[in-house]
Formats: sequence, C-alpha cells, structure tokens
Amino acid sequence: MALIGQALLVLALATALYGIGASLYGARAGKEAWIASGRRSMYALLGLAAFAFGILEWAFIASDFTFNVVAQHSATTIPAFYRGAAPWSSQQGSLLLWVLLLSLWSSLALHLTRRRLRPVVPYATAVLLGLGAFFTLLMVFYSNPFATTTPAPTQGAGLDPLLMHPTMMFHPPMLYTGYTMLAIPFAFAVGALITRQVGADWVRMIRRFALAAWLFLGIGIVLGALWSYTELGWGGYWGWDPVENAALMPWLTSTAFIHSIMIQEKRGMLKVWNALLVLLSGVLAIFGTFLVRSGVLDSIHAFGGSTLGVPFVILLGVMLAGSIYLVSSRREALRTEHRLDSLLSREAIFLFQNLVLVGMVFVIFWVTMFPLISQALTGTKVSVGPPAFRPFIVPLALILVALAGIGPIIAWRRATLANLRRNFSFPAALALITLAVLLAVSDAASRPFSLAMFVLGAFVLAGVAQELYRGASARRAITHDPLPLALLGLVRRNRRRYGGYIVHAGIAVLLIGVAGSSFQHSNQVSLRPGQSTYVDGYRFTYVRPTASATSERIELGAVLSVSKDGRHVTTLHTDQGFYPVNNPSYGAIGRFFQPGNADTQVGLDSGLTRNIWTVVSPPLSSIEPYIAQGDRRFNAAMMQAAKMPPAQAQRFLGVLYQLRDAAVFAIIRHYVSQPAPATFLLIVAPLVIWLWIGAALAAVGGVIALLPLPAPARRRASAPYPVGLVREPA
Amino acid sequence: MAYAVVLIVAVAVLLFITVPLRRRREDVRPERRARELGEELRELEAAREAKYREIRDAELDHRTGKLSDADFEAVDSALRAEAVAILHRLERARERLGSGEQP
Amino acid sequence: MDPNRKRAIRLTVALTAALVLATSLIWVSFSAGREDLTASQLLKRAEPGHSYILAGTVEPGSVRRDGPVLYFRVMDPKLPETVAVRYTGQVPDPFAPGRGVLVSVTAPRSEGGTFVAQPNSLTTKCPSKYQVAEPSRRQTRVTKLESAVKDY
Repeated sequence: MALIGQALLVLALATALYGIGASLYGARAGKEAWIASGRRSMYALLGLAAFAFGILEWAFIASDFTFNVVAQHSATTIPAFYRGAAPWSSQQGSLLLWVLLLSLWSSLALHLTRRRLRPVVPYATAVLLGLGAFFTLLMVFYSNPFATTTPAPTQGAGLDPLLMHPTMMFHPPMLYTGYTMLAIPFAFAVGALITRQVGADWVRMIRRFALAAWLFLGIGIVLGALWSYTELGWGGYWGWDPVENAALMPWLTSTAFIHSIMIQEKRGMLKVWNALLVLLSGVLAIFGTFLVRSGVLDSIHAFGGSTLGVPFVILLGVMLAGSIYLVSSRREALRTEHRLDSLLSREAIFLFQNLVLVGMVFVIFWVTMFPLISQALTGTKVSVGPPAFRPFIVPLALILVALAGIGPIIAWRRATLANLRRNFSFPAALALITLAVLLAVSDAASRPFSLAMFVLGAFVLAGVAQELYRGASARRAITHDPLPLALLGLVRRNRRRYGGYIVHAGIAVLLIGVAGSSFQHSNQVSLRPGQSTYVDGYRFTYVRPTASATSERIELGAVLSVSKDGRHVTTLHTDQGFYPVNNPSYGAIGRFFQPGNADTQVGLDSGLTRNIWTVVSPPLSSIEPYIAQGDRRFNAAMMQAAKMPPAQAQRFLGVLYQLRDAAVFAIIRHYVSQPAPATFLLIVAPLVIWLWIGAALAAVGGVIALLPLPAPARRRASAPYPVGLVREPA
Repeated sequence: MAYAVVLIVAVAVLLFITVPLRRRREDVRPERRARELGEELRELEAAREAKYREIRDAELDHRTGKLSDADFEAVDSALRAEAVAILHRLERARERLGSGEQP
Repeated sequence: MDPNRKRAIRLTVALTAALVLATSLIWVSFSAGREDLTASQLLKRAEPGHSYILAGTVEPGSVRRDGPVLYFRVMDPKLPETVAVRYTGQVPDPFAPGRGVLVSVTAPRSEGGTFVAQPNSLTTKCPSKYQVAEPSRRQTRVTKLESAVKDY
C-alpha cells in the first residue's frame, strides 16, 4: 500500500509539472486545448492527492505500523476518531492534507471559471499547480508520508494527548482550508497582472474567493482559540504565540481586501493597493505554513529543526519578489480611474479601515519576527512577547471598531452631512447610555480601554440594528409585509450589504467578550479536601478527589463546589488524564503516571455573564513511594521471568500483568482515600461566552454575504434594459 | 499487484488530461477572434452588473435615510448616465460579435 | 482647496502616522525586549536583578515540587552547564524532564544562586513530533490496563 502511495506522489508531481507547462504553453500559443489539459491536470492532482490521502487515512485507522508516520504518531490505544485525525498531527500528513485541500479548492475555482476570464485562468492554473508541485516535491524528497519500516513495530508511540480533543480535529483542516483558499485569489491576481486583465469581471470573481478564504481562515482561528481555552490548562484563548499571529496576519489583510475591493468595484480606485493586498495575503498564508513547520521561532508549536525551512524561504522569496515585480511593471494597467469624492463617504471609511488593519499587521509582524530581526542586527535573539502587542493593538482595535460602526450608517460616494448626523444620533445615544450605565453599576472605569470597547461595541450593535430596522421599514412600505418577513426579504435581496452588517455585529460582540475577559479574577491555591477559598465573591470548596482508570488513561482529579452568597452555583469536575508512556526507560507502574504525558480536563461552568473555570494539579507526591515500590518489584519479577523456560514465562507474565493492573488500581484508590493537598487554578471571567457567540454570528454573516443572489434578482439584473433605467427628465 | 494499480492510475491520469488534446479541432483563428470579443462582452456585462448594484445601493442608501433627496437625485442621475454608456458599449460589442460570426 | 493640495496633506498625515507608529514600535521592542539565552550564556552574562529568557531542556531528575513552587534545572544544549530555576505559577501540560522550555527569569543577587522565574512565564514546547522515541517493540499490554473501567 505504501508503495502505491509513494507512486501516487511521484505521479502527482509529474502531473503538476506537466500542467504548469501545458497551461503556460496554451496561454502563450493561444491554444485552448492545452489550457483545458492544464485544468484537467489540476483535477487529476485532486484525484491523486485524494487517493494518496485515503491510503494514509486507512493506514492510521487500521494502525498499520509499517508506515513510519503511523508508528510515530498513533497507537492502537488511541480511539478510532482520533486515529482518523492523527495524519495531520505529523509533518508528512500535514503536507499531504495541504496538497489535497489546495487541489480541491483550486479545482472548484477552475471549474467555476472554465468559460470565463480566459486570458487569466491559464496563468492562475500554473501558479496553483506550482504551489501544489512545491508541496508534493517536499513530500517526495524530504518528508515522505509513505516511508516504511519492516519489520513493523508492534505498537506505535501514540498521539500527543493534547491533540485528543474534538476542536483539535477540526482546527488544522480549517486553518489549512483558509490558507489554501487564499492561494486562489493570489493565483488569479498573478494571472490578472500578467495579462493586464484587472477589470470588473476579475474583481467580481476574486472578491468571492477572498471572502470564502476569509471566512474559513477566521473559523480556523476561532476554533484554535476555543481549543486553547477549553483544553489547555492556562485559561486563556490567545497568547500572541508566533503561530497564532501567523494565522491572524493573512486574516487581517484579507479583511482589508474584501472591503477595499468594493471601492475598486465601484470607483475603479485603489487598484495597486488591492493587488498588493491580495498578493500579500497569499504570501502571508505560505509564511504562516512556514512558521509552523520550520521551528525558526520559539513557540509552543515549533516542531524542532526540520529541514523544510530552506525550501520555504526560497518559495516565499520567489512569491514576494514576483509580486513586487508584477505590480510595478503593470503600473499602467493599475492606474486609478477616479479619486475619492469626499472624506465623508463609506469609501473613505474603508480606506481608513484598511490603513488601520495594515498597521496592525505591521505591528504583529514586527513583534513576532523581532527575535530574528534582532539576531540579524545585534547577534542575540531578543524576545519581546505579548506585553509589546497591547499598547499598539488595543488602540488600533478600538479605532477599527469605531470605523466598523460608522461604515454601515454612512452613504457611498458622498454622504449628506445632515442625514449622517441624524443617523448617528441613535447609535451614539445608545453608546452614551451604555457608558453611563457601566460607570454607574460596575467598576468598568478601572480599565478604560475595555470600557471604551464596550461603548464602541454598543455603538456598532445599535448602528446595525438601526440599519436593519430602517431597511425593513422601507421594504415594508412597498411590499406591505409584516416586519419579520420584510427583514428576511431585505437580507435576501441585499446579501452583501446586510451579511456584512451582521459580520460587524458579530465582531463587535466578540470584542465585547474580549474586553470583558480582561476583568477576570484568578487565584492559584493549594487546598485540602474540605477547604475553601474565595475568588471574586465566589466560594470554591474542594469536595473530594476523584480517580478512574480506563485502558487508555488514568484520570486523577477533583470535585469542587462553587457557591455565592451562600447559594450553590455549580459543581465543577476537573482532572488530569495520564496516558501510558511507551518509552522503555519508564517503570511498569510509573509509565501510567507521567505528568508530561497528560492532558487537562477543564472544569468549566459557562454562563451568559461569566465563566467559572478551574484546573487541578493532582499531587502525585502521596502515591509516588508506592509507584516506585511497584516499579522495583515488577522489574525484579521481569528479571525472574527472563530466567524461566518460555512456556512457564508466558504463564508467569500473564499473572504478573494482572497483578500490575491490580497495583495500579490500588494506587489510585489510595490517591482517593488518602489525598494530599491539591493545587488549583481558579478563574472567574466575565463575558467569555460572547466571544464564541460573536464569532458564530460573524460566520453566519459571512455565509450570507457569500451566497449568490436569488435567481429572479439575477435575471432582473442581467436584462438588457431594466425597466425604468432610462428615466424621463424630471 | 501494487505495480498494476499504479500503472492503471498512471494510464487513467494520462488519458484524462489529454482528452482536450485528442479532440479534433477546427481552425483556431476565427474562434480566437470570437473569444476575444466574448471576453470584452463579459467584461462589459460585469461592469454593467456592478453599475446596477451601485444604483441599487444608492437607492437603498436613500431609502434608509443616508442621502437627502437632492443628493440622491444627483448620484442617481450620474450612475444611470454611466450605466447607459456601458449599455451602449455593450450593444456595439454585441453587434461586432454578431457580424463576426458570418464567415 | 486645490485637490492636489488635499492629496498632499492626506499623504503627509498618513506618512507621519506611519512614522510615529514605526518609531514607537522600534522603541518598545528594544526597551522591553529580553534576550533569549541558553544556560551557559545566562551564567556568563547575567547581571543581578536583570531579567532574561532562558531557553533549554529540563534536566531529568531535577524536577521537584514543593506545594505551589516548582524547582527544576535547565540544561545547555551544548555545554554541561545547568541553571537552577525556582518557578511559581501555571505549569503547562507538556512540561516534563527532557522537554524544551522557555522561562523568564531574574538573575539572583549572588553568584550560583537560584534564578527566580516570573510567575506564569513558563512555556513548554509541544513534544517534538519529529524526534519521537523509537516505538517500543514490546507487547501491547505493557501500556494497557486490561481490566475493566474503575471509578473512585
């Protein structure tokens, strides 16, 4: 099977290289047939990648340890669900998944454009196949998913327990979906620039690809944050880790692009800016993939010195240099058609928003790459870390939210000042009321930036509500539908606009959640069963320790009772799950209790106003002597077994392992009955759930904005002379 | 056995990607001209749709109170004039395409 | 106002804002930055009271817990030197002897003292996926409890 997989990879590489040649030849010679052949090469690449990935998946699920990747990243003790996701916990599997997803979205894009944009498509095909060829090349020569070892080991090394969480199943594929989708606008931009076809048709198409990429990348980022919050034992959702930043940067540039492209669509402006933005998004997507894989920056994700750093740097260099060359040599085609009509217009707001977003990207890039910059300049790696981000990102984010509030209520081209002031009054009033209420009933003033975010968030939400209401009312005046129906019809008929407004609302809610979580209270404390402590008015009582054992892991944890003002609020269960270590240097009993091979089950009570969060560090000190004793005795017994004749040894070992199980159970019973003080991290954080609700709302808005117009509206729009276009002079 | 599978896949891929090359093609040239005109047509149609969307957006801006009646009239007339210009260009392009079809 | 002048003004404002942002970024980076040092570099260069980021691997056998305080030693990748660290705060899940860590430490006032870590500044690298220990060739039951689930 592995042989087939390897052959498929070589075939894929050959197909991709052929496709590049065919597309370019077809483009230069004007031969449609070769262009079509190039397109089919992409479809073939998809098929080959899917077949190869299928083989890899099968190998993991069947636990075929002849495959090196399976032996290194899985084990029969891993549940089937996670064995299915294990491929992308490995370097090799991730590369294959990347190629699969890239060829999937590329095939879709090429299929949708098979009769359009003919000058552009062959070059776009070549670029996409080029990226596919690059990753396939890496697999064929550097990082082969189908490398085998015979004889196969009888058990694998297992999956990192941190990865055995449902969100982690989806987070890498979602992120890769976002990254690979960004390759498509990149490729079509390159093609459009080469052929100087940067007109309305290209704009229309690239906007939707970029929006789709933006949506999926955003979902991937949020899933990562959700995993971090619910699975990792630090209680946070964003650490400004280089790898997190690497995913955020292309998302920010995509956000800028999907706004500024609308300006190009309407006014033929910002062509150079948009070209640079879309190319930069593609480069940042590859850069993100590079950062995760190369270990060049210290990060919890850095996967050690792999040999892939150099090829990636070369690819990035080519992409960057090529982009700059293309934009500067095609300056003529990118000349602006109009100028900004007025600073008091939606176009101007979009422009400011773009500048703020690019500013944020620059800050994030600089601080993230600073260790390398300083190393190049001064010789030592200097890390700046998360505290450096806040002074810049927070004010920029506040400006961004303010702009997101103004955008929906200002007109295109040139707004009427009097009308603008009128439309401003409701959202502004609501914002001021929010400010007054917060100052009166809470200590929000202690954190002015968070307070500002609450107020601006309220401004945005009020503006969106106002727009929805006004639009629905205007529609009602014509259709005489009841309000909910009018609202539905309004959104359906103007999906881009109102989908966008809903995204704004979602982001505002998300940032309100972020601002709220800055008011969290936490306490790290050591408690004996029966003892209590207070955090933010809540009383946490350590009720009792818990322990359980399955064939996959041993869980040692605690039950906490939470009450407030004497009333019981919730009961929290938290534990650490210890996975058996496969390393022979660990003792027979000790291997089941290794803290480094454990994961945390967070005790979480989510509420609309606050989250109560806890993790426990189970004290192994009380059972360590028994574990050590068990290890010694077992070891001695194993040496005895080695001296016996085989048949007797077999029977002996059978009994021995049963005794081992009994010892493990006895030890964990002891843990429960004679508990030592356990260390708890307790956090009470307000408004965290709004982060996830806001993100979901933004995703819904994104989907609405992406959907094509309903059929009758499309027909109406393409009629040669729509009724009433040529109006009689008044 | 594995070799057989690989061979079958390789042949299948080869056949698949050479389908367009193996089709009988008529002379390319008039096709290309028609194609270029078709490109121009599509470009103008995209420009027209974008313009219609602008008109609808201005209308919506007006109905939701962002534009005064006077401002709306000004923007609306300008946009409609631009749209008419695009429609004229579209007509001419269609005529050129239509006349080109006769050998 | 003449449209060209308008544009010139806007351009100047934008560039000035960019310059201010860039300057403050650079200033913050160099002033708030801490050097990434290995154990041997730290022992050589550390000035008492200053803080640095220590990068290295946790020395097996050196990990000791005393209530909420964690003591461990960090090894240098090349030289046989180690640094003693006293750490309070959250310990990341993957923390274990032999794993790579980064921790912010303050140099002690006296030579050879323990470096006190900044609370909650410990990050552990995810166990390297590309240098995984050789899969054991022993039987499955070495790592599997065979009896039914137990709950206490």
